[in-house]
Amino acid sequence: MNVKKQFIEGLITQNPALVQLLGMCPLLAITTSMFNGIGMGAAVIIILTCSNVVISALRKIIPSKVRIACYIVVIAGFVTMVDLLLKAFIPALSKSLGLFIPLIVVNCIILGRAEGYASKNGIVGSALDGIFQGFGNMCALTLMCIIREFLGAGTFGGGLLNGGAGFQILPENVVALGMILPVGGFLTLGVVIAAVQYFMNRPKKTKEVAK
Amino acid sequence: MESITSLLSIGLAAVLVNNFVLSQFLGICPFMGVSKKVDTALGMGMAVIFVMGVAAAVNWPINQFILVPNGLGFMQTVTFILVIASLVQFVEMFLQKAVPSLYEALGVYLPLITTNCAVLGATLQNAQKGYNFGEALTYGIFGGVGFLIAIVLFASVRERMEFGKCPKAFEGFPIALVAASLIALAFMGFSGLKVW
Repeated sequence: MNVKKQFIEGLITQNPALVQLLGMCPLLAITTSMFNGIGMGAAVIIILTCSNVVISALRKIIPSKVRIACYIVVIAGFVTMVDLLLKAFIPALSKSLGLFIPLIVVNCIILGRAEGYASKNGIVGSALDGIFQGFGNMCALTLMCIIREFLGAGTFGGGLLNGGAGFQILPENVVALGMILPVGGFLTLGVVIAAVQYFMNRPKKTKEVAK
Repeated sequence: MESITSLLSIGLAAVLVNNFVLSQFLGICPFMGVSKKVDTALGMGMAVIFVMGVAAAVNWPINQFILVPNGLGFMQTVTFILVIASLVQFVEMFLQKAVPSLYEALGVYLPLITTNCAVLGATLQNAQKGYNFGEALTYGIFGGVGFLIAIVLFASVRERMEFGKCPKAFEGFPIALVAASLIALAFMGFSGLKVW
């Protein structure tokens, strides 16, 4: 079992959000505070792992013609469970993520892993794949959150550390409010992906970059 | 008269002020994926308007007369996505038989719409906000119009960007995101717009 390889793929070389470019909607929409990012990341890990396990267990029973519909039913079931659990136990997170929790159903990461991995591999591998890919996604979300929160509100760990207010790093009058608005979402993601592409291509093409 | 102006203001808000793509971040995947050419963007936008309108019209009675009276409100997500998936399949088969020319034009994009979060998002918002049938239908259709406007604008920007030079690391996806951010900045100008 290639646990280490799977881990590195999920986190870096095949990072679902920053390299495979899946699941852009939550990555842009809710990454305004660290609380949101970690909460969304954790919700996706749980749903991805559970749905990967179930789909992998059922992979020989599901007829291939209606497989997408079957996957969607499985995923929607887990999303509803997580949605209800969050409403009951962490209402603050449920309120701040709002519509984007039910919308995890149509998050391409989950359907993509179901189709690309869980439908061809065993249960244990699929579970690990769910955890690692979900973790890679969570890291991307958290990274986006930290950058946008720092530039847009001047804080670190909003909603989570320091009693919910976060630590104020930049004074309030120098921050760029645009960074936590939709504009900043697109801009930050563009720059982050550009940075990832730069570092991924560097070992091969050192000369070109140096020019 | 009252109701017409309220419908119009819902429509205007869905198109400009709360544009589905640029200020609510719904439907980013097709927005980034199918926007390399204006023609294909136009086809995708038309298909989305159609499916969003029909989905809003079908899901509203299901929610109102089946889910809510039986206390099954928590099943909304599952029900809506199943309805949308089967609806897309059905529309595809119907168009293939009845209007082959339209099917040719939209064909490739129809299956993709199932996983477009704008469609599911619009129906979920309709249920959350407690819109009546007319309002729900308006929100669905004009949400689709907003998507069409955003994707066509974005595609025409991207067509021109092909010829420009940009740093190597930014080539492809990142520079497109930067362009999208500038379009979103332009749409921010509509926030607070209120005609009626």
